[in-house]
Amino acid sequence: MSTTAFLTDSTLCIGCKACEVACKEWNQLDADGYEWSGLSYDNTMAVGHSTWRHVKFVENTPEIGLGGNAAEQLPAWGFSSDVCKHCEVAGCLEACPTGAIVRMDFGAVYIQPDICNGCAYCVVSCPFGVVEKNQDDGRAFKCTFCSDRQSAGLQPACAKACPTESIKFGKLDSLREEAQVRLEVLKSRGVDDAMIYDPVDTSVKGIHAMFLLRGDPRSYNLPPNPEVPTTYLKKGWQSAAVAAGAMLGATLLAFLGGKR
Amino acid sequence: MSRVPLPELPGRIPDSQSERRLTAIRREAAEKGTVSTQGIVPAGAPFPRATPETGYYGVPLLKEPQLKPEVPVYFFVGGAAGASAVIANMANWISNDRELVRNARWIAAGGGALSSALLIKDLGMPSRFLNMLRVFKPQSAMSMGAWTVSAFSSFSAASAFANLAQQKLGKSLPVTIIENAASLLAAATGVVMSSYTGVLIGATVIPVWNENISTLPLHFAASGMNCAVSALELLGSENSRALNLLGMSASAYEVYEGIELETKRNRVNEPLRKGWSGAIVRAGGVLSGPVPLALRLAYAVSGNKKFRRAAAWSSIAGSLLTRFGWVHAGRASARDHRIPLELLEEAPEVKKNSHQIALQKPA
Repeated sequence: MSTTAFLTDSTLCIGCKACEVACKEWNQLDADGYEWSGLSYDNTMAVGHSTWRHVKFVENTPEIGLGGNAAEQLPAWGFSSDVCKHCEVAGCLEACPTGAIVRMDFGAVYIQPDICNGCAYCVVSCPFGVVEKNQDDGRAFKCTFCSDRQSAGLQPACAKACPTESIKFGKLDSLREEAQVRLEVLKSRGVDDAMIYDPVDTSVKGIHAMFLLRGDPRSYNLPPNPEVPTTYLKKGWQSAAVAAGAMLGATLLAFLGGKR
Repeated sequence: MSRVPLPELPGRIPDSQSERRLTAIRREAAEKGTVSTQGIVPAGAPFPRATPETGYYGVPLLKEPQLKPEVPVYFFVGGAAGASAVIANMANWISNDRELVRNARWIAAGGGALSSALLIKDLGMPSRFLNMLRVFKPQSAMSMGAWTVSAFSSFSAASAFANLAQQKLGKSLPVTIIENAASLLAAATGVVMSSYTGVLIGATVIPVWNENISTLPLHFAASGMNCAVSALELLGSENSRALNLLGMSASAYEVYEGIELETKRNRVNEPLRKGWSGAIVRAGGVLSGPVPLALRLAYAVSGNKKFRRAAAWSSIAGSLLTRFGWVHAGRASARDHRIPLELLEEAPEVKKNSHQIALQKPA
């Protein structure tokens, strides 16, 4: 089976949230409640244990906070459907102490719910803040990349429900090429701030859920330089080795000194 | 028809400024035929923004660590138990203080058992603790920790019970060999127990934790040593010069660590200085560093055991507070969206606003 991926094209997204609904229905996830955030039309705020697709509403008004007319500039309103990135080098997968998190043959990072014991170490190992523990259930959950549907030869629920093909699903390599072509088309049309978000130059080594955005990824809560936390391990174990030596040495010296 | 009294409405009191503004509007309208308004500032303004300068409305990018209070308590207990096993082994080799060896072994064994219990209780699915032992993953600090706790609690219990058996049933060579081998293995895994928790929280995406990963294992090891020494003193080894020396060196390291943290004034380390987490970390630092060091020096000079007992209690309290402080600082750090998004220094901190109320999940 070849590696599959998402390409979420925010220039095509109309913010209808069909992907959120389709995801919740197919995966039978809990509702999030009826809280109003007051932040544009985004009342979901972030992906979490019961929200695996999340539409972001990036509103750029000229003078936020001041009423009245917005003078010559019209507000820019961008939408983008966020999802687990299914990293090439996944922090959650590296950190999982039970082996519950595995890589599927089509490249998805999948949490096996019958193995996860709820230690929540994956939660602090995800540089994108995707994985979350369900406190009632006790286990960690995130997007499964519709592994069940993909195994049956179907596309993920969100991609199937997307009415504008903003969420594209396909083979990773061909989607990477498609993203470049789309970027060229947008630039030729004068959309100068279009960019592809796919951090291949970081320790994450690229993602299987790429994004085509306008402007800076930081307006979309996407980190410019995500890092897999295993990169810190070497420094940590070196310090632990020094600590072990210091403990043994200090105790030895103290007892030799205390004997006199 | 009777007059209905008007309700008392809150009104504005006119002043010279308000009247000047009205005159200015009239003048502008008369001269230009149009008035440029200043606009109104709605309640709650300025609102959070989604821009490259502010991030996505200030919504946290990272998820908060979902650790129960059992975890910092485990860091505290496991750290002290590990250091205690080291003391037990060294005292067994070098000194002839049998009571100290016995007490140290029981602290190690009890702490090891308690550590396992706390870890199991922290799991979202405690019944699945054994799943930790179905893989051995060096790249996962949590996996290494699970194996270390399992090994340590077995070895420390074996050495303590072998010792007890010899006391009750008389000397026997095979049991002595088991006792000493277990004691050595408990010390070898004990040094990992005391320090690996620093690697565990350091090798994560939480900025304040990974920023300090090269000192956290040392910091936690010193804290564990400080606590083990103090517990042994309170259990009766009040005359051991070796323990006082060890306590002094651990406290001295904590003083150094405190100075390091206070002088590294970057934004990532803010939770170690500000807010509740800062207060707990600082209180923990003072109680495990300068206070016991001064008290131990006072004991060394005066020989008054009250100083030594006070130093012991202070170290234990400081050690516990330190672990709670660091876990708390991790939570505060995860809430700060500015660091993973690499926002400018002057990016505003987001105030308590409606969207944060919305983020609070019902308990």
